[in-house]
Amino acid sequence: MSLSIKDDEIDIVIGALRPDLTSFMNEWRTIFSRFHLIIVKDPDLKEELKIPEGFNLDVYKKPDIDRVVGTSTSTIFSGYSCRYFGYLVSRKKYIISVDDDCYPAKDNKGILVDAVAQHITNLTTPATPFFFNTLYDPFTEGADFVRGYPFSLRSGVQCALSCGLWLNLADYDAPTQALKPEERNSRYVDAVLTVPARTLMPISGINIAFNREVIGPALLPSLRLGGEGKFRWETMEDIWSGMCVKVVCDHLGHGVKTGMPYVWRNDRGDAIASLRKEWEGVKLMEEVVPFFQSVRLSREAKTTEDCVAEVANVVKEQLGSKDPMFARAAKAMVDWVKLWKSVGSST
Amino acid sequence: MATAPSAKLTPLLKDELDIVIPTIRNLDFLEMWRPFFEQYHLIIVQDGDPSKKIRVPDGFDYQLYNRNDVNRILGPKASCISFKDSACRCFGYLVSKKKYIFTIDDDCFVAKDPSGKEINALEQHIKNLLTPSTTHFFNTLYDPYREGADFVRGYPFSLREGAPTAVSHGLWLNIPDYDAPTQLVKPLERNTRYVDAVMTVPKGTLFPMCGMNLAFDRELIGPAMYFGLMGDGQPIGRYDDMWAGWCMKVICDHLGLGVKTGLPYIWHSKASSPFVNLKKEYKGIFWQEKAIPFFQSVSLPKECSSVEKCYLALAGEVKSKLGEVDPYFIKLADAMVTWIEAWNMVNSPGEKPAMTSLPNATSKK
Repeated sequence: MSLSIKDDEIDIVIGALRPDLTSFMNEWRTIFSRFHLIIVKDPDLKEELKIPEGFNLDVYKKPDIDRVVGTSTSTIFSGYSCRYFGYLVSRKKYIISVDDDCYPAKDNKGILVDAVAQHITNLTTPATPFFFNTLYDPFTEGADFVRGYPFSLRSGVQCALSCGLWLNLADYDAPTQALKPEERNSRYVDAVLTVPARTLMPISGINIAFNREVIGPALLPSLRLGGEGKFRWETMEDIWSGMCVKVVCDHLGHGVKTGMPYVWRNDRGDAIASLRKEWEGVKLMEEVVPFFQSVRLSREAKTTEDCVAEVANVVKEQLGSKDPMFARAAKAMVDWVKLWKSVGSST
Repeated sequence: MATAPSAKLTPLLKDELDIVIPTIRNLDFLEMWRPFFEQYHLIIVQDGDPSKKIRVPDGFDYQLYNRNDVNRILGPKASCISFKDSACRCFGYLVSKKKYIFTIDDDCFVAKDPSGKEINALEQHIKNLLTPSTTHFFNTLYDPYREGADFVRGYPFSLREGAPTAVSHGLWLNIPDYDAPTQLVKPLERNTRYVDAVMTVPKGTLFPMCGMNLAFDRELIGPAMYFGLMGDGQPIGRYDDMWAGWCMKVICDHLGLGVKTGLPYIWHSKASSPFVNLKKEYKGIFWQEKAIPFFQSVSLPKECSSVEKCYLALAGEVKSKLGEVDPYFIKLADAMVTWIEAWNMVNSPGEKPAMTSLPNATSKK
């Protein structure tokens, strides 16, 4: 853990889609217990949450969400999107967010991975989006910039987002997992790297961390599949949000890293059953990816909020007519910016 | 879904692949590589004094070319081939008749993976080249064509066929490929991190290509792999592979070809003198500040549909835009044109290889 980061600059936000968080919290106890946690209960979840003792946390449930944003708005926080409420109400600089079906992983030496520490290291060392370093993150211990790396680019830029990975159940889509039902990710890749500028990628919401002060408003609940469900196979909300974040980061000159830390993602759900629901999302990505690759923000967009508003506008203009889902997403993005300004602003 | 060739049966490609090795000393290092290289044909490019005899271990099938051969085969066009610099290796690419090239430095040995198993670098390069690249969209689980991996959620199915892979860029354990200033500051740093990944360098992204452990599809990208003017009589050294890498990547991006980096690792045993390196690199450290923005912004005309046409267009851009930085780039641009002429001369369809490409020494098992 970086000595210059105080524990009280960090919030750990967990979206609870299942009521019993006992084993989840106990597995993470040694890593989480020194931090403040925000647990947001999926407003659709009827059962009471079970949370073990010994943590410093705030729990938000439907009535709390209703109170803060109003009952009509609180629907945007349904399902996996409940975590965004936690991002909204946090007042910390760094947020780390992990799905409630993930445990700490072990590295190749069998040592438990402190995902929080690794995310913080990623966020507090520079990113290098303008030129690819073949030895990956040059700020890692034992690594550096390679021959041929321009010196003027070696100070890098601020890293705004850290995208972690998953052992065991990888974040595959339903068709892929259904075709390879036994496949589990057992490859621990000992690297962090910066995603190059203007390169987009599917940013999974399962294991991420970000600098809330820098890009908070860009992580947003907006695209909701018609059949969105309670398994990641049945959602695209994080992928959509991630595309927005990357476009905004590229425009504002912030970095995005990917790679470590890994979490261990437990087996859950049935890919074949989810196939029907996610097919919609799979089809949408055919439009979504080329669209985001073509988005260019104006020079006037200098803040994250401005960038998000501009993206929303382009979504509305170029995608809105293709599918009502996009039109709704565009509106949700605009509403989010307003919500962020009124509720999420830390001043 | 990614479908990879069977993990157990990577084709040897022994009649389709040449191993190109530049050397000025001996090739004893081949002894360690014997189990992996023995079945392949080697092209040895001897740099430096042509009267010196290069010792090649017995049992390898090779052709050896020295400076006399380069001059004889290329005539006046030999001016584009560097002298007293490992950049001369690209002569080996030029005279090869094979589809694939693997090039390795003579101070690179077999590395071991974390389980202690010796790494067959050539086999991994072949796997990399025979599976597509994912140039358009980054896959967070790295190469989806590797066993045990696939495309992640959110990756459009229409992009899952990928692009043909033109280049496979391997890495190095032990002595890392640092520049002279970094070597001076960190003389003891060794790369001990085995990163078990292959990944595509995304379209539009440049990278520093190291020639120590490199493989490519000669048919797809060969003419772009010119290693520039370095060494004797030149103001710069240790930028041969960098130059080739930047040119190659721009052309690959233009033509829709992919470049992979990561595995395999080799063990790099020799740290060259940082003081010698600094003298060679010195100008490059300044020039790369101009060269990188140039390559990042250069665009090739749509009509450039072949590697040769792309390369010639690029040479024109180098001359006009980088010529202002230093007259060296004007010379280099001219040499780039000479290279293409040489490439076409040696590789044109009517060419009888036996006539001009006779090497100085050959050995058949």
